[in-house]
Amino acid sequence: MSNHAEAQIANNKKTEKVFSWPNLVAKEFIAAILVTVVLLVYSYYVDAPLRELANPGEPENPAKAPWYFLGLQEILVYFDPWIAGVVVPSIIIMGLMAIPYIDVNPKGNGGYCFWDRRFAVTVFLFGFIFWYLLIIVGTYMRGPFWAFFWPWETWSFDFPTPPPLISLPNWLGIFALLIYFGFGMLVPAVAFWKFAKQLGFIRYNITMGLFLLMMGVLVKIALRLMFNIKYILQTPWFNI
Amino acid sequence: MNLILYFIRKLTETEVWKSVFRHGYTDTSRNRALQTISNVWLHLHPVKVPKHAVKIRFTWCLGGLTFFIFLFLTVTGVLLMFYYVPDVNRAYADMIDLMYVVPLGRLLRTSHRWAGHAMVITVCFHMLRVFLTGSYKAPRQFNWVLGVLLLVLTFLLSFTGYLLPWDQLGYWAIMVGTNMGAATPVMGYQGPFAELLGVKINNDIRFALLGGTQIDAPSLLRAYVWHCIGIPIIAGALMILHFWRVRKDGGISGPL
Ligand code: HEM
Repeated sequence: MSNHAEAQIANNKKTEKVFSWPNLVAKEFIAAILVTVVLLVYSYYVDAPLRELANPGEPENPAKAPWYFLGLQEILVYFDPWIAGVVVPSIIIMGLMAIPYIDVNPKGNGGYCFWDRRFAVTVFLFGFIFWYLLIIVGTYMRGPFWAFFWPWETWSFDFPTPPPLISLPNWLGIFALLIYFGFGMLVPAVAFWKFAKQLGFIRYNITMGLFLLMMGVLVKIALRLMFNIKYILQTPWFNI
Repeated sequence: MNLILYFIRKLTETEVWKSVFRHGYTDTSRNRALQTISNVWLHLHPVKVPKHAVKIRFTWCLGGLTFFIFLFLTVTGVLLMFYYVPDVNRAYADMIDLMYVVPLGRLLRTSHRWAGHAMVITVCFHMLRVFLTGSYKAPRQFNWVLGVLLLVLTFLLSFTGYLLPWDQLGYWAIMVGTNMGAATPVMGYQGPFAELLGVKINNDIRFALLGGTQIDAPSLLRAYVWHCIGIPIIAGALMILHFWRVRKDGGISGPL
């Protein structure tokens, strides 16, 4: 057991305690009953979807992944499949796992608090909301051929042809990436020197790297929507 | 009335009764503690918990509810297995049977489906709550990592279940999902650097998922086995670890 755990246990000795039975168990019991009732009542009134028999010869249009993956399917518009479907989720998973090890701020352990962990809470909430916004767009605003429709519009097949996409020339793309990541890493290190020092070299790089990658998704979406940019960098093997 | 009380007293004094229920019910601290530790289901809990931990507005019950919904899914899922055969010629018909023929089949199938969605939602919000209360901080870092694995497994559980009705919805959703697998760098036949290892459509990661080059009978069987056996066992094992760690990391987090 680590020192922390021991400290925590010593600390718990001081905190006021109540018996699990009935204080906790009763609440769990009520919560379980409520959830069961809600589930059963909802299921009684709203049927689970069941479409026609699967038919490999007749693709659904649009074919949508289950809703919790629609955020990833949505960024398929802006990225090649290997990024949207594989690299992005992998980085999200690894990034989530890294959180406890890169957040060295001891404050706000065991209670809701915002001010002492502004950066952490803001970034996490941003990511969480971003993920769900993409899901909402993918679920309610994408029709045939993944064309955009507002939820109140009826889907049709004669949507305007999307404007032609252009890619940045490679020299500009490399330059833009270097500027983005170079300045993205350096500027905060200088501007928030205390924060960077507290994290240390490795943690700082991982934190900012993950942060810049997340914002990068947003930047690419913005570039596409505003300037019809298709790729920032093209190589014979992959495009970004 | 007295007679009933007399019988109850006699009953609770019998050897059989005492061999099953090992503590009395008078309201003493000893009995309250025993109530927790001598009950296999309740002994997941500590005998006493910090007062703030039982406040609904601390955990919002989210971790507990995720677990409870998992149990609900296990029960309804096993019942569904009585009626469902993962065979492309039968699966869809079994669904129709469940909806129209099997007594309470519609409720069974529908509640299993909605509970699956509910679990995805509660697990995401459990993660959010743990983040916002900073409960992943030392000494609980590793339990957060276990949690992330559970999050991924919850998605995969739901995803593998999606194909089982063998309807257009599931079929094309799995198509979208597994086609992304085909784009995996190096390991998917459409991904960058696939040539390096000689990865083709019939030996890549998508092929391993589907058991073939297209979604067909082997894919349905694979989805079924992962959904009903593989992933629940892995997720169940990780949940045991997760709960164990909650206790071993000093109980639920709280203000220091
Ligand atoms: C199948 C999924 C999961 C189940 C059944 C589950 C269950 C639980 C339960 C019952 C608790 C006790 C406190 C509470 O109810 O909030 C808990 C605590 C915890 N969970 Fe989970 N959990 C799951 C997924 C996750 C995920 C996705 C994360 C984070 C990424 C996570 C991280 C934690 C941590 C760090 C604690 C300790 C919190 C504290 O001490 O305040 N769990 N979990």
